[in-house]
This record gives sequence, structure tokens and C-alpha cells, in this order.
Amino acid sequence: MSSSGSGASPPRETRVLVLGYGNPGRQDDGLGPAAVAEIESLGLRNLTAFDNYQLNIEDAMDVAAHDIVWFVDAARTGPSPYSVRVVSPQPIIEFTSHIVRPEAVLAIASQCYGASPQAFLLAIRGYEFEFTEALTSGAKANLSAALAMLTERFRAVQAQATSREAI
Amino acid sequence: MTDIEAVRAPRKIVIDPVTRVEGHGKVTIRLNEAGEVEQARFHIVEFRGFERFIQGRMYWEVPVIVQRLCGICPVSHHLCAAKAMDVVAGVDKLTPTAEKIRRLMHYGQVLQSNALNFFHLASPDLLLGFEAPVARRNIIGVIESFPEVGKWAIFIRKFGQQVIAATGGRRIHPRLCIPGGVNQNLSVENRDALRKDVDQIVKWCCEALELHKSFVRSHEKLHESFASFPSSYMSIVGADGGMDLYDGLLRAIDAGGKPIFAGVRPADYRDYLIEEVRSWSYMKFPHIRSLDRENGWYRVGPLAQLNCCDFIGTPIAEAARKDFMALGRGGLVHATLAYHWARLICMIHCAETVRDLLFDDDLQGTDLVVTGERRPEGIAIVEAPRGTLLHHYEVDDHGQVTSANLIVSTTNNNEAMNRSVKKVAVDYLTGHEITEGLLNHIEVAIRAYDPCLSCATHALGDMPLIVTLEDADGAVIARRLKQ
Repeated sequence: MSSSGSGASPPRETRVLVLGYGNPGRQDDGLGPAAVAEIESLGLRNLTAFDNYQLNIEDAMDVAAHDIVWFVDAARTGPSPYSVRVVSPQPIIEFTSHIVRPEAVLAIASQCYGASPQAFLLAIRGYEFEFTEALTSGAKANLSAALAMLTERFRAVQAQATSREAI
Repeated sequence: MTDIEAVRAPRKIVIDPVTRVEGHGKVTIRLNEAGEVEQARFHIVEFRGFERFIQGRMYWEVPVIVQRLCGICPVSHHLCAAKAMDVVAGVDKLTPTAEKIRRLMHYGQVLQSNALNFFHLASPDLLLGFEAPVARRNIIGVIESFPEVGKWAIFIRKFGQQVIAATGGRRIHPRLCIPGGVNQNLSVENRDALRKDVDQIVKWCCEALELHKSFVRSHEKLHESFASFPSSYMSIVGADGGMDLYDGLLRAIDAGGKPIFAGVRPADYRDYLIEEVRSWSYMKFPHIRSLDRENGWYRVGPLAQLNCCDFIGTPIAEAARKDFMALGRGGLVHATLAYHWARLICMIHCAETVRDLLFDDDLQGTDLVVTGERRPEGIAIVEAPRGTLLHHYEVDDHGQVTSANLIVSTTNNNEAMNRSVKKVAVDYLTGHEITEGLLNHIEVAIRAYDPCLSCATHALGDMPLIVTLEDADGAVIARRLKQ
């Protein structure tokens, strides 16, 4: 399931995980998976990206094996083109298994694996959520802006790692 | 997190949902003139427009496309659509390899989905108790008290997903099935990897059942009465009456266990079921055609799967079934909380079935596809993790889908969920306040069925649960939102 290890030993380099989730068959709900597809194409070192229809409890294993985690989801409301907030572990129980929130995944990663990665929720604004397999033009533009921000951050993390190696 | 805010008139308590209502779980409880609970409705939005989305697609595309329906059960839709398209392709019997690898995938899927429901959703209420503090009544609280549960939850889920990946080529969006067969067999490498873990998975499922039974033993009255009522049940069973989650004939039984119908081929479902539309819900209300609307509703899912079958064909699950059915004192088991016990037995059965299949050499066969003469219609049923799932398609001479009808598990349980919510409201509502306790008890009742809500669309801002209390004239007395 994960390409990474258990996270038992300290990392030499910062490992970044992107979890993009949503349904590409529901228009802009596919922003998360679309972000993952773009990020994978960057080929950045120490960066792992997975997509899924929704978060699941076993994502905690992957989360625990990384130092920085980006949860990427579509947003029905909120600012355009995107918003970013820090996410902290918080055990949350829902009324259906069709909802698992980033906070719950982080809480399981903390409890089961003793892992507390830095975590962010990137909410990319979407506009239409009907049964169609394509992002709207507005969502595509928001995705581009979000990816530019993410890429800059990833490259900054890599630059820090490279400078540490040089020292 | 819940929040509450008093506004406007003194008797009216309102929380405005932060986003549009579509996609929310919404409960409305209406009181009569005497202030007693008269009606409870659980409104959810589901699959609106999906049937139209499929129209015009080529029939062989459909098993892949329908995975878009549900983030939790894409495999169930994949397999059900594939079975329906087998019929369209003129194929009534698959090769042994194709049939068995589909079964392997299905049982792996049901195993991991049921594990998610039990461990993540239900275990906090069941293992810590309804009375446990809200801040602790969650999966983390469970792991603190029962450290092994976290391990079981994650590794049983992971194992089920490994089965899906091994059979479908990938964990997400598997592409095993094509009309008339499958794309691949099970490689020896994948088989051997799964064989290493399967005994442990069976053992953990059994241990989880024993842990759950300890809760039942200490809460017998609550377990029997909470949100409970006698009902009819429906599921498919094998031709021999045994539990079969992948293929079989429809059986419905009444609350006394007597058959309403049995041996019904999926293709004949319209002779036995009718789908009713009600003005206040997007969901359809299916009921048994030979009975009226008031008496023809039924329950599906693990409890129905246990009540409807005559036996389970794997030894550990069969022993567990006998133990479970003793709860009914010679009759059926009607307790709504017994869904969870039944779910654990299904998990054991799935794990045992996966183990059996992993030692069946047919899975390495190379005869994968059968062809036949095209037909204009295909209907199929599987028992998905949440119950009976039906796909019905009509296809034109060019191979394009002209119509589709899906009856999903949550739709089948629609009336039952309403009745469970009403039972909770009758038992736990006092005065005109929607308390934290009432909200939680409503959630516990709904969790037993684990409904799909506008499946596979989970954009931020959605999926809170809203409970509204109305007076006899429909005026809002109180509203409480869990977000």
C-alpha cells in the first residue's frame, strides 16, 4: 500500500506525502486526484502522492511514514483559488463510514504509530459537482494556482535538504 | 464537533447549515398535538442523476465507470455491473477461473469495508459504551482501552485492499472484470503473499467478534431494544440456501421467519419488488410488491444476510452464526445493534472464503473469458457490505446503454432507517430539546446501517448531520447540527 517504510527510524531527508481525494466522476470533486496526477509528473525526490475517492483509516500508515503531509480536497465553499490550513490530530467519529477527515487520520497515525508529521489541508475551490468527468474552467485555474504554490513549497523543502547535505 | 445557537423566538432553536443541504444527512422529527413523536424521517441524497450519466455509454465500459458511484464500495458496483453485462454479452456461466477470482475480489472487498464500519464507526459506541464522554468516544479512545483494535482495524483493512489489488491490478479503480469474464488470473506471487497473512486475518476477525460479544453480554437489554423492531428481511442466498454474497437467488422472509418469496432470479426482481417515490426524499422506497407500502418494507445488510440464510458454508462463521441466532430464541434476530455482530460474522466468513480460494488452483487458470450472443438487457445482484445491490441495464443494438436502474443497499434500508430513528426519538426525546445524548443516539442507530450519502462526493464543507424537531404544524422547534 505504501511505498515507504514504517517510520520507525528518523529520516535522513524530509519525506513529503500528498493525499489527494475526491471523485473525478463528479466534476470539480476530482480536484484532489487531479492535483496528485500533476504532482506525480514533477518527479520530485522524496515526494509520494496517492489519490483515492476518500480518506481511509489505513492512510494513517502512509501518513506515519512521512514528515510533511498535504491533504488535498475540493471545496464547495471558501476562498478562491484555494486555502491552506494546518491540520492537527483530532479523533472524530461520524455517522457513516463514508466520511473520514484528515484530523482523524492524523489521530490514528499518532496513536498507532507515534507519528506526528506536519500536516496541511489544501482546499481548492470547486464550483460544479454533477456527474461529469471533467473539471470546470474555474476549477482548472484554481488547480494551477494551487499547484504553483505547492511546487514552490516542495522545492523549498528539497533545497533545505540539499543544503544540509552540502554541509 | 457540535454547536448550538438560540435565535428568534424563545421556543425556536436553529443552527443554520454552513453549506447547502444537498449532501447532508438530515433528520426531521415531527411531534403531534400532544407533543409525542409522530414521525421521523432520515433524508439523504443519493445517486441522483447517475442513471442518466450511464446512458449512452458502451456496455463494456460500465463496470469501470460505476466505480465512480461510491468511495467505499467501488468494487461492489464494479462486480454487480460486470455480472449484469455478462448477461448482456450472452454469457450465463463464467469459466471457473473468472468466477473464482471475482469471488475472491468481492469477499476481500466486503471484508475490508465491514472492518471499516465496525472498527472505525461502531466500536467506540460498542466497546466504550454510549455513556462514555464524547471526547473519548472515538477510535482513539478505543485504541487506548483496547490497543489491539487499532492493529486489527488497519491490517484487516489493508489485507482486504491487498486482495483487491492482487485481483484487480490496483488498489484503487481495479479493472478486473469485462463482460463474460476477467482480464487476469491470480498470480502465484500474489497468491503466496496473501497466503502468508490470511490465517492471522481470520484469527483477528474471531478475536474482534469475541470482544464485541463481551459488550453485548454486559449490555443485553440495550443491545436487544435499542432502535429495534421486528421486520422483514431480504438478501440473496445460494441455490442451497447457504450464505452467498456474490451470486444467488433473492429471498425475503417476514418477521416470523416465514418466506415471502424465495428462489427469485435477479432478472425477475420487478415481479417481486416495487420502487416508490415520495415527495420529501430523493431516494426511492422499494417494497415487496405482494404486500402494501406499510407492510412491504424490509431490511438488508449483514443482519438480513444472517437471518435469510440457512447456513454458512465456512466452519468458523457457521459456528458463530448458530451462536448468533440463539439471540432470537428460536426466531429471527431483530435487534438493530445486532447488525454489528452479524457484520463481524460476515467478516469471518469473508476471511475464511478468501483463505479457501487462495488454495484453489483454478485461480491460476488461463481460460478467462466466455463469449455469447448479445442480449438487450442485463440484471444482476450482489450482496454488498451494506446489503443487497441491484444493477439493471438496457442496451441497444449498437451496444450503448439506453437505460439504467440501480437499487443500492441504502435505498433498500431507507424505510428501516426511518423507523430506527423514530424508535430512538420515541425512547430518548424529552421535551423540546435536541440534546447531545439524543443526537448521539440517532447517530448510533444510523451507523448500524452505515448509509451511503451521495456516494463518492466528499468536497469539503459537506456531510454534517442535521437534526430538526418540528411541531404538529411543521414549524421548527429546534435544530441541531453536527459538523
